[in-house]
Amino acid sequence: MNEPFVRWDWIADHSDQIGTQLLEHIYLTALAIGIGFLIAFPLALIAYRYRRLYAPIAGITGILYTIPSLALFAVLQSYTGLSTTTAEIGLVSYTLLILIRNVVSGLDGVPADVREAARGMGYSPRQILWRVDLPLAAPVIAAGVRIATVTTIGLVTVTALIGKGGLGYFILLGIRGLFPTAALLGSVLSVALAVVVDASLLAIQKALTPWSRTVRARTVS
Amino acid sequence: MDIVRDAFAFLTDGANWAGSSGIPTRLWEHVQMSLIATGLALIVALPVGLAIGHSRKGEFLASSVGNIGRALPSFGVLGLVFPFTLRYLPGSIGFAATLIALFLLAIPPILINTYVGVQGVDEDTLEAARGMGMDWRQVLVTLEVPLALPLIVAGVRNAAVAVVATATLGAVVAWGGLGRFIIDGFATGDHGQILAGAFLVACLAVVTELGIAAMGRALSPRGLEPRSLLPGEDLVLDVGIEAS
Repeated sequence: MNEPFVRWDWIADHSDQIGTQLLEHIYLTALAIGIGFLIAFPLALIAYRYRRLYAPIAGITGILYTIPSLALFAVLQSYTGLSTTTAEIGLVSYTLLILIRNVVSGLDGVPADVREAARGMGYSPRQILWRVDLPLAAPVIAAGVRIATVTTIGLVTVTALIGKGGLGYFILLGIRGLFPTAALLGSVLSVALAVVVDASLLAIQKALTPWSRTVRARTVS
Repeated sequence: MDIVRDAFAFLTDGANWAGSSGIPTRLWEHVQMSLIATGLALIVALPVGLAIGHSRKGEFLASSVGNIGRALPSFGVLGLVFPFTLRYLPGSIGFAATLIALFLLAIPPILINTYVGVQGVDEDTLEAARGMGMDWRQVLVTLEVPLALPLIVAGVRNAAVAVVATATLGAVVAWGGLGRFIIDGFATGDHGQILAGAFLVACLAVVTELGIAAMGRALSPRGLEPRSLLPGEDLVLDVGIEAS
């Protein structure tokens, strides 16, 4: 191993493939967040309206969240094969807890007097939900989408073990071939993708919800 | 359902419970690795988190470490470190690479929860303590740490559960642990063994989660409202909203 740390020539030679894997990474992530949101949003509204259901919904998605990703992907592929479906079932199930909690927490944070004022102005419960609650909860919901997206971008790399993986393909190539250049390429691009997507989502959220002012944003993990 | 039956057969076969690649050995390897990685992360992250929380300086650095840490794929760290450990620590056969990846994984949750917990201690309470003549060391030990404890324990719990889950990946770099059953089952097309391995890891993760949560409740000062007891409650990004 008297090779240089990073073989730039190898990276240059593989630029086409880097583009392909990057696109696959984005596609797998976007699909997981899209499907995850479609499932999580109604569940969160149900949990918000019928409070008793919140603990079971959070509990079940919490168990899904705790299952080790490699174990989940490995077991799923016994049934659904080395396919995008396998990858997506796993990725979607990891987004649910984060998305549901943020939607509910966002709705909880809407000041009661604002809701009261809307009711006084003759808004129906449905109008209050769509015109008052959800717009005011939007920053917290968007924060959930951001956490879920960043987490998913990291998890997509693991799907390399079931023949997908996006940029994770290079990481696996680096491990199997003991080739640091490929592993470094996969890791760095994956982190860079997460940072860029996170910043973009924040910018989009700020543009779409001019009525919200982010006072402080902190993550407790 | 054949896979489930195969997994059950695998788990109940006495031969799989003996020897250097038996379930007890792999389980013990997994537990040891998780303890060492989480322990080392605790040694590094706890004092730094306490210092940042107490002094209320360096928050930006800590939250950046936390956010980048969340984005950093453990799988990538593993791939990155493995060729080098193989070169400089050839005897470690994947152990060192797995340990480094898990150590880095465990730092952000402990660091962030510690400083957020200490920082969240009520200013009036601190003022009262200082007024009673406590120095910074007494404030830290008798007030800040106990009051932040539930959140610190939640951070350790999240870190430990993530470490237990991710230690499975160690088998990809030829280390042992429970991931061996999954990776070996993969290689030989033995789906029953894969499911058995996944079941064992999931059990260990759940036991870790419940065990540390119980420990947290036992350690927390009485009269303090329990925080963060549901799984993932702390994944909510806390963003203040101001309606204008």
